[in-house]
Amino acid sequence: MGKRIIVDPITRIEGHLRIEVEIEGGQVVDAWSSAQMFRGIEMILKGRDPRDAHHFVQRSCGVCTYVHSIASVRAVDDAFKVKIPKNARLIRNMLHGAQYLHDHLVHFYHLHALDWVDVVSALSADPQKTAALADSVSGADVGGAAYFKSVQARLKTFVDSGQLGPFSNAYWGHPAYKLPPEANLMACAHYIEALRLQARTARLHAIFGGKNPHPQSLVVGGVTCQASLTADQIAEFIYITKETQDFVKKVYLPDVLAVASFYKDWGSIGGTQNFLAYGDFPQTEKEPESLYLPRGVVMKRNLAGVGMVDPAKITEDVTRSWYENGSPKHPYEGETKPLAEDPKYEPNKGKYSWIKAPRYDGASCEVGPLARVLVAYGKGHQDIKPLVDKALTQLSIPATALFSTLGRTAARCIETVAVGDALQEWTMELVENIKSGDTKTYEPYEIPDSGRGMGLNDVPRGALGHWIDVKDKKINNYQYVVPSTWNLSPRDGKNQRSPVEEALIGTPVADPKQPLEILRTVHSFDPCIACAVHVIDPQSNQTYKVNVI
Amino acid sequence: MDKKEQFYQRLEQRGVSRRDFMRYCTFLTATMGLSASFVPKVAEVFAAPKQRPPVIWLNFGECTGCTEAMLRTVYPYADELVLEILSVEYHETIMAAAGHQAEEQLQAALKKHSGKFICVAEGAIPTKYNGGYGRIGGRTFLEIAQEVIPQAAATICIGTCASFGGIQAAKPNPGGYMGVGQALKMKTINIPGCPPNPVNLVGTIVNYLLLGKLPAVDDMGRPLFAYGKTIHDQCPRRSHFENEEFVEEFGSKEAALGYCLYKMGCRGPETYNNCPVAKFNDGTSWPVEAGHPCIGCSEPDFWDKMTPFYKEF
Repeated sequence: MGKRIIVDPITRIEGHLRIEVEIEGGQVVDAWSSAQMFRGIEMILKGRDPRDAHHFVQRSCGVCTYVHSIASVRAVDDAFKVKIPKNARLIRNMLHGAQYLHDHLVHFYHLHALDWVDVVSALSADPQKTAALADSVSGADVGGAAYFKSVQARLKTFVDSGQLGPFSNAYWGHPAYKLPPEANLMACAHYIEALRLQARTARLHAIFGGKNPHPQSLVVGGVTCQASLTADQIAEFIYITKETQDFVKKVYLPDVLAVASFYKDWGSIGGTQNFLAYGDFPQTEKEPESLYLPRGVVMKRNLAGVGMVDPAKITEDVTRSWYENGSPKHPYEGETKPLAEDPKYEPNKGKYSWIKAPRYDGASCEVGPLARVLVAYGKGHQDIKPLVDKALTQLSIPATALFSTLGRTAARCIETVAVGDALQEWTMELVENIKSGDTKTYEPYEIPDSGRGMGLNDVPRGALGHWIDVKDKKINNYQYVVPSTWNLSPRDGKNQRSPVEEALIGTPVADPKQPLEILRTVHSFDPCIACAVHVIDPQSNQTYKVNVI
Repeated sequence: MDKKEQFYQRLEQRGVSRRDFMRYCTFLTATMGLSASFVPKVAEVFAAPKQRPPVIWLNFGECTGCTEAMLRTVYPYADELVLEILSVEYHETIMAAAGHQAEEQLQAALKKHSGKFICVAEGAIPTKYNGGYGRIGGRTFLEIAQEVIPQAAATICIGTCASFGGIQAAKPNPGGYMGVGQALKMKTINIPGCPPNPVNLVGTIVNYLLLGKLPAVDDMGRPLFAYGKTIHDQCPRRSHFENEEFVEEFGSKEAALGYCLYKMGCRGPETYNNCPVAKFNDGTSWPVEAGHPCIGCSEPDFWDKMTPFYKEF
């Protein structure tokens, strides 16, 4: 047996995640993913007003804010049989698109970049050469030797202070860092630029949602922000979208490709087999036909045969999760029974995580940007396919390199470019619709005594489903299956690994005491653990099915 | 060039004039309830801090929304807070180190700065089952809090979860979650809100850096400069309330006119916070401006006491 190492806490993610790996011959040969916190929001939702649910579930996560709110109002709209007006659909899409831009930018620069970028090496860069490099790869508005010199001086003052703060005790100088000092300095400068930009991008939510995180203008039946639909506020929304999208195209995409060109070996590390996307951004009332990001499933990497998602094939398993075993139930009737004890971490044979193990057609499936991009690519998506082909050509790598840690990180950026452009079109569609005299943003409704609803969404981290069962006008049951549950679950009753557990196998580890390469693959999934640990429908070894009503 | 000049140069590179910056300092000084004579001193804290005070930021049972809120701060931007103003010794969401290196960093910071650091706590602490519903590096949140917080010079609870327990403490509270002060049986400074406005955390820290003490608080540990008045008393829609001009349905003519949301369930009259004045995201907006009733998110137990949200109180 190889050497076991545990990385806990996994930092630069949302939530409390522990990863254990077994290393043999300098490579990961086995892996276990464990969520370390349980809050129990579904249990808290029982018996409450269905209209309140979106406020509660939005607090699943403040990093992927908004996404549970929209998933919830969609599920309740469905349960109440409300058809929301066109303006409401567009505004919901716009806020959702804004979340993609914000979330993906922050993920690349602030949660993921330091796995590839050596901050200390940036101190020895030549600012002149850095400027030349930046000019050659990107069209950034801010740059030049003086600029990079001042960024470097700032970093130097910081390092010389001896107070390294969040950069303390990290992996600087690790042999797996491959960027030359100039590329490191360029990336550090853009880390800071992106940190400032994201505060502005978040204003997109504030304009029509009152605040960010946790915007507060969605309601069952539509949106509440009709008084904010003034020319100046729409103009501000357009302006900040453009400003952000400018950065995405001129800096984020070139940076990803520049960094990737030094790490092409990661195009064959960290891949998985099966991919699931619910798709999102309805462009008419028709779903899934009109979804801008398409719905589909890719099994065994077969891009030529993208299948349609059948929600009845979604199953869940708690054999290895800290929930009481119970008889299989439909999620609308599922119960929530976390072990009422201090849970024991037993990765070898027992239970070891607060996350359950969702499976599609019995198989472990990856969700998220790579799944969405693969489904879109396989279907020949008019915007995404050319972007993918261009990136592959630029890096001189084959399409098979998409199935990797590198592919996952590149796919996230590629879809940001596509969604950012589409977001501007939706905003103009809203303007035209308002100009035509349609100012309706809300559809009144009666709360039914009972009903069931489902909301299938695809949010920055992946496929997100919410299911609600209403009885006596109250929440009888509420279940959600979230992206990080798919990606970071433990094993299931058949001992099948989750995507992250599978992806880690084969990862080279130069120094088991310095888990840098492990972080690369784990971070490429953009884990969000507080979200993941809400999916609680305790089952036995058996699985259950989700029916579409 | 001294630190102060460097600071102004950086601001100007970003298209922010000294005048803009001083206007912000005036706003912050007023938010903090200090007289105008403090404005230059507030500016000084940002422009040329004498030393960067160590901060240990702990994440417990939460959604990380408070950290995200903090990243939205402008004047100072988050990079300035991290690189020039504070010394963030430990913060899991932003730190480069992980696993053993992260744990070592926490221990090293405690050893070096014991009794001198500011602890910012985000999230509630599960107390049932030996604290077993939340662990980091094999230790429960409760054990970590019990080790770190008593060594802090001051502990600031950011958000409603750390302050009062928050959503995971809502009925039936499966994990026995509590606010940090309650779990540790001690007094903390509380900056509630879901999430809170970062201006109120910055104001509290600046108050500490400037005056060497924490701001005056109410009996729930909330700084009076931010939580001294109700939303209702500061609401720009207040005159509609007085005139009995109410929204009675979303999407209605009255909603488009921006009438009072009291009958839609607005909890502004019971909620102490400065949202209408400070607003969120660089003063862009706040929930009532976006047409949605206040849900009372900075009050203790609001998930139970203020719900159902869409019912007149």
